[in-house]
Amino acid sequence: MYAQMIKTAGTGVKDSSEMTEQERHFQDRIDAGEKIEPKDWMPEDYRATLIRQIGQHAHSEIVGQLPEGNWITRAPTLERKAILLAKVQDEAGHGLYLYCAAETLGVSRDELTEMLLDGRMKYSSIFNYPTLNWADIGAVGWLVDGAAIMNQVPLQRTSYGPYSRAMIRICKEESFHQRQGYDIMMKMAQGTAAQKAMAQDALNRLWFPSLMMFGPSDKESVHSTQSMAWGIKINTNDELRQKFVDQTVPQAEYLGLTVPDEHLKWNDARGHYDFSEPDWDEFFDVLRGNGPCNKDRMAARNTAWDDGKWVRDGLLAHARKKNVSRMAAE
Amino acid sequence: MNNEWPLWEVFIRGQHGMSHRHVGSLHAPDAEMAIKNARDVYTRRNEGVSIWVVEAANIAASSPSQKGPLYEPSESKVYRHPTFFDIPDDVGAM
Repeated sequence: MYAQMIKTAGTGVKDSSEMTEQERHFQDRIDAGEKIEPKDWMPEDYRATLIRQIGQHAHSEIVGQLPEGNWITRAPTLERKAILLAKVQDEAGHGLYLYCAAETLGVSRDELTEMLLDGRMKYSSIFNYPTLNWADIGAVGWLVDGAAIMNQVPLQRTSYGPYSRAMIRICKEESFHQRQGYDIMMKMAQGTAAQKAMAQDALNRLWFPSLMMFGPSDKESVHSTQSMAWGIKINTNDELRQKFVDQTVPQAEYLGLTVPDEHLKWNDARGHYDFSEPDWDEFFDVLRGNGPCNKDRMAARNTAWDDGKWVRDGLLAHARKKNVSRMAAE
Repeated sequence: MNNEWPLWEVFIRGQHGMSHRHVGSLHAPDAEMAIKNARDVYTRRNEGVSIWVVEAANIAASSPSQKGPLYEPSESKVYRHPTFFDIPDDVGAM
């Protein structure tokens, strides 16, 4: 999930009898599967929750360019390099779609950016892990984008129209990312012993961080109920995590790689894999800013924003000057 | 002065499309940059052959509360549809 640990605003799910007329009408529309659009009335807490979730999602797309961008100049073949470039460009576009969706809720993109840069808003914990070898780029596509898709496919039906439409567009492009990642993993796993070892190493390091992308266990996710009642969230964190494991384990087996979990075992009675929970202490620690790359990531974003200020100002000054002379000519 | 780049709405006409369709929005300092960015973001996979960009501030939109007055007349004027009129089979295709 690119938006994990969203604290839903508000005081908990209201019973129909506690709702105002407006709130009841709103809830009825959600329950009927109607999409909420920017000009419609919505509870302030719904608006605030969505700004947080879509904003966090957008930030994840932007920060997510850094771990992959790390390998652009070192991609092993020209073809892989061109593909990686196209993928990182897509991520920028996904960030853009999502910021635009967030803006329909009455917040500006620059405000959101500033909140990211000064730490008031978060991004997905996964991007605080380093990419240490080329196989990591494969594992990121396969596992990280795979987990993202698992979450984003149901979000295509989320109750807020602009968010749902952004998800439809993004999902189409995201499956390119997952496939290109798996393609790298196949090449590595079927290559020399050294290449296969790199692929295994990437899987070992990225497996549990990928499971964390779905957010804390349902037992601890106290904010889910309201998000689900509002149709913002469709499935629980644990449901999606289970689905991801069930789908991914056979893919790892196909590669001849081992999932780094000694408790991973098919459970015939449940019809699902049993698996170990990720280390939640580590998860909360990464969210608090103490992961391996948190400081580097934020430093890179802040430097780009600060050093780019004169370019942004210059373009705006030029546009205003052109506007003035065009109006004078008319 | 507000130094945020203005928001532009993007419309694209597809390869075989009859009309421009709204596809999304973006921030850009001016129209030329908005078109360049729209080209990069919204036509990366052969989505279209023509782009319009309009500064969002220039768009006026109807409001959901006007739904009644705006659209109800079409419900009560069924005779606007050709299927309202029964033409005898003997007349042939019309």
